[in-house]
Amino acid sequence: MALPAYATTKDKVWYYTFRVICYAIFFFLMAPILVMIPLSFNAQPYFSFTREMLTFSPDGYSIRWYQDFLTSPSWLRSIQNSFMIGIASTALATTLGTLAALGLSRSEMPFKGIIMALLISPMIVPLIISAAGMFFFFSQLNIAQTYLGVILAHTALGTPFVIITVTATLVGFDHSLTRAAASLGATPTTTFFKVTMPLILPGVISGALFAFITSFDEIVIVLFVAGPEQRTIPREMWSGIREDISPTILAVATLMVLISTLLLVTIELLRRRSERIRGVTPS
Amino acid sequence: MSDSGTDGFVVFDRVQKSYDGETLVVKDLNLSIAKGEFLTMLGPSGSGKTTCLMMLAGFETATHGEILLDRKPINNIPPHKRGIGMVFQNYALFPHMTVGENLSFPLEVRGMGKSVREQKIKRALDMVQMGAFANRRPAQLSGGQQQRIALARALVFEPEVVLMDEPLGALDKQLREHMQFEITHLAHSLGITTVYVTHDQTEALTMSDNVAVFDDGRIQQLAPPDVLYEEPQNSFVAQFIGENNTLDGVVKEIKGDTALVELDTGEVIDARPVNVTRAGERTRVSIRPERVESNKDRLHEDAHTVKAEVMEFIYMGDVFRTRLKVAGNENFIMKSRNAPDQVRHKPGSVIEIGWMPKDCRALDMPA
Repeated sequence: MALPAYATTKDKVWYYTFRVICYAIFFFLMAPILVMIPLSFNAQPYFSFTREMLTFSPDGYSIRWYQDFLTSPSWLRSIQNSFMIGIASTALATTLGTLAALGLSRSEMPFKGIIMALLISPMIVPLIISAAGMFFFFSQLNIAQTYLGVILAHTALGTPFVIITVTATLVGFDHSLTRAAASLGATPTTTFFKVTMPLILPGVISGALFAFITSFDEIVIVLFVAGPEQRTIPREMWSGIREDISPTILAVATLMVLISTLLLVTIELLRRRSERIRGVTPS
Repeated sequence: MSDSGTDGFVVFDRVQKSYDGETLVVKDLNLSIAKGEFLTMLGPSGSGKTTCLMMLAGFETATHGEILLDRKPINNIPPHKRGIGMVFQNYALFPHMTVGENLSFPLEVRGMGKSVREQKIKRALDMVQMGAFANRRPAQLSGGQQQRIALARALVFEPEVVLMDEPLGALDKQLREHMQFEITHLAHSLGITTVYVTHDQTEALTMSDNVAVFDDGRIQQLAPPDVLYEEPQNSFVAQFIGENNTLDGVVKEIKGDTALVELDTGEVIDARPVNVTRAGERTRVSIRPERVESNKDRLHEDAHTVKAEVMEFIYMGDVFRTRLKVAGNENFIMKSRNAPDQVRHKPGSVIEIGWMPKDCRALDMPA
């Protein structure tokens, strides 16, 4: 937005100050993340820029930390664990969250507000409290320090995201479509898979992605509930920082930033697709 | 002509519906619809007409009573097994499917093969003159086109009964009139039993074989359009269908098919007693504006005449609409055809008007 011709000196000063503030906020948010990326290519085992790096000498850069990450057995196991736990808890959270959202969107559903508040509480309650609670509860059930325990814990964290995104999609959902499907002879199951699901799919998928990211970068619950067998990538990074300080975690962090960015781009593309299908903007 | 026997194709037998267990939205509904009949449920919003349609479609359950389709009770049959086609108010086309896929949906769930489906889809689309639109998405069609597709989709699986819930409500006037004609034509040529819900009385009169006028959860009158308009059975129907002049009074005497009514202003007129039974009863007399005549040459010798003061004259092109003050009622309307010999009355003048006693119906006084 350019300045209008009638702008006073005060307006002009504010206009530029405002831009400076915006850039400063942007810098504050992004700098710590962006600075990791070049550092992860450091040829030396330091967390700072070496003289060679600053002079852009090729000797200053290497991919040794990436190699280290992809060859170390403990890191490889953590990758496997992260994806296994992430995918399993996402599948569970997506199924449960979608069903909950469908139920909560029905007009005859009683106590909607209370049920909704309970279901999304894992998002609001401080993680450390959930984690401690789950630790004691899962210990009683003998599922602490098992994959099942970690998956269930992450499912509880991921479900609220699915409920929120699917509920938002259902706000614009025309319920006469399900009636129309029934009048045309479709069973409730057919109606769900052929009519309801395709229309709420963008919401389901973005909820699933949020649930996956939540599980993928979660550390607090893993610290409490997971045993040595279930170490995930964030858990391994945690040990990396505490035990052997190695720039490998910078390489891991860079890769995780990359994965998160890809997932966010996917969410945005899905959102646009859903708007197009609903005829918000003509295709 | 339907009567409330149980031999119709679609039968409502003493049906009641309550949503909260206390107030009845539908009170004791008895209705029998013959095979191939076009029946319209007409009434103001909240009169129970849509609830009746939803009970027939299976989306609502009757609290009491039985609904029969082809002599079989359908109360315990879920909507998807009733085989009743339905056209929704907002069309309810599946936005993620093309027009062809929308029409294919009911055929696919019935397990029909591809070649049969294509043949039926083509026939249904041609029927509504939309043959060239099979690959479009609903969002790419105009309201009228979506309406035709919704109609084709409700008919493509050849149901014996089709329900329509105010299907023309969202269209502009010209398109609506055109679609009224097309739907009636289609329903009759295919011999489908149609139950049509509307709050638009013109639609009800022009399209239906029979009209059921709903109010307060009951059918107030069930009759063919001409009978409904010319012989309303109570003052609600008289007031709801068409334009209506009313004069309030007390029944003085009933002799055969003539009732002597003393109006509140003291004048005494003849009327046809409809649902008044005894002298002394309060009554509302109803006369259609087009049955009121001011031209002496056109007045029958048996006509009843009264003095009227002209309040306002409105030229409407094909008709003249004259607002009169008759027996204290300042909103007494007379409609006269724009004929060469028709007089254009000046406001303020006092004229003599008349009507036939048979067009003047003594009805109940609404509470």
